[in-house]
Amino acid sequence: MRRAPGRGLLSTVVGIVLVALMLFPVYWMVNASLQPAGNTLRGGWFPSRPDLGGYVTALRDQGRNLLTSLVVALGSVALSLGLAAPAAYALARLRVRGAGLVLFGILITQMVPGIVVADALYGTYSDLGLLNSYAGLILADSTAGLPFAIIVLRAFMLSIPGEVIEAAQVDGAGQLRAFRSVVLPMSRNALITAGVFTFLFTWSDFLFALTLTTTQDVRPITLGVYQYIGAHTNQWNAIMATAVMASVPAAVLLVLAQRYVTAGAAGGTVE
Amino acid sequence: MRSRSRPVAEARSGERAARWMFLAPAAVYLLLFFGYPVVKNVVMSFQQYTATTFYTGSAPFVGLQNYAKVLTSDLFPKALLTTALFTAGSLCGQFVIGLGLALFFRRRFPLGGVLRSLLLLPWLLPLVVSGATWRWMLDPDTGVVNAVLRGLHLSSSGIPWLTGTSQALVSVILVNVWVGIPFNTAILYGGLQDIPPHLYEAAKLDGAGPVRSFRHVTWPLLRPVVGVVLVLGVVYTLKVVDIILVVTGGGPADATETLATQAYELSFRQFEFGRGAAMGNVLIVISLAFALVYLRAGRRARSVREGIA
Repeated sequence: MRRAPGRGLLSTVVGIVLVALMLFPVYWMVNASLQPAGNTLRGGWFPSRPDLGGYVTALRDQGRNLLTSLVVALGSVALSLGLAAPAAYALARLRVRGAGLVLFGILITQMVPGIVVADALYGTYSDLGLLNSYAGLILADSTAGLPFAIIVLRAFMLSIPGEVIEAAQVDGAGQLRAFRSVVLPMSRNALITAGVFTFLFTWSDFLFALTLTTTQDVRPITLGVYQYIGAHTNQWNAIMATAVMASVPAAVLLVLAQRYVTAGAAGGTVE
Repeated sequence: MRSRSRPVAEARSGERAARWMFLAPAAVYLLLFFGYPVVKNVVMSFQQYTATTFYTGSAPFVGLQNYAKVLTSDLFPKALLTTALFTAGSLCGQFVIGLGLALFFRRRFPLGGVLRSLLLLPWLLPLVVSGATWRWMLDPDTGVVNAVLRGLHLSSSGIPWLTGTSQALVSVILVNVWVGIPFNTAILYGGLQDIPPHLYEAAKLDGAGPVRSFRHVTWPLLRPVVGVVLVLGVVYTLKVVDIILVVTGGGPADATETLATQAYELSFRQFEFGRGAAMGNVLIVISLAFALVYLRAGRRARSVREGIA
């Protein structure tokens, strides 16, 4: 209040410079994606004559992989929220035997490296015919989203006043009705936060895409970028165009769902 | 009496079962996709589990042979050291810069909130995307980093970011720091918001400057959050595979091979699943050790605080 307005503006300027420095690689990715092809790409500091050739190549080679990532990510959101919401309700509001054990288990999951899960799943998937399948990737990728969703949703459901839920139960509605008609609608924001992060986790997955697919059939975009780097180091504009397209969900969600993203960033470590 | 309490008890146990139905699907998933892999990994680490296992279906038990091979290989001490340097370097960089940014964004100024959420972007991008972009930026010949260094006359020939053995390690640390800064900033910022403002006013009345109020108010009250951030940082950094595979591929000359990339290499490039599993278990044990130290320290800190109160 007593602070002179000029000081706030100085902070704004410093803040913009800091954020610009931090986001420079993102700018550079966009810049490189708009340059013409060639392996001695030196481009310029600005895409003064933007060339969409990189995007044309990228869409031709990677368009299908983008769709694959979308299907896998949406599937994982559905699975993670479908399992996490009732579980979080049980952990937060129902006195269930073994709840402490499940919570401890969720904590432990954070210490299990993805490579260990992939190691074990590869053999099992190979036996069950789940390699190179959407179902296989959705199931494996949910290992990132589900524990996070349970933590976020449980933290929120703990804050719902007990009387609200009890009132619904007294009405003769069973646990299931109370959950469906009271708890879930009230948890809308927490569900969006959990959904947004599950989507981004799955969209970003690289390790399961790398280890649990062996053909081109079901190939997420992250793996597409990786193989692009290996095969086409002379086409950095196409590689960077693919990278830009793979960044779209993160950028869009950060703008459209800023509130939920910030909430999730803070909630990820709660308890 | 008896005849009456029976149905009640039955109804109760029925209800208990109904409650369990809420938790059961998630619990089953966790058992299948975390419990089972961990157990299977332990079993595999004692087996000669290779590519031929998939054809013949036989994986003979070989005792501790996988562990012996993995732990005595020439690469293990090197990978262990690289893992330690990668983890320590990443954590220092992420934490120091993250704390600096969190302290900066604590002051209120126009656009502060917008800028703070823009800062989250590097954390939300797929790691492969960040890795690919940095690899392009760090390219010794055509990359922008060396172009800037040359332009500023800081280095005439350019630094071999991806081709020099020690420079490559610095490069992957740099990328991992960049990726981790937003998370550190977000969590530490949250911790700073929870410090009651009146404590700062009291410190000010006592004549404390910014440095002293940081040392005597901010730091002690932020300590629990710092602990959480650092332990999560260790646990997450130990698991990193994506960044290293994309930026350097573990090279040059294995200079950026960590325990995690080695576990991948053994299982999925050499198809030595048994040895890969053994390496994975070594990784889990290290992770658990850090988490236990943290839980212990947390309990001690709590009991000290309660003792004071």
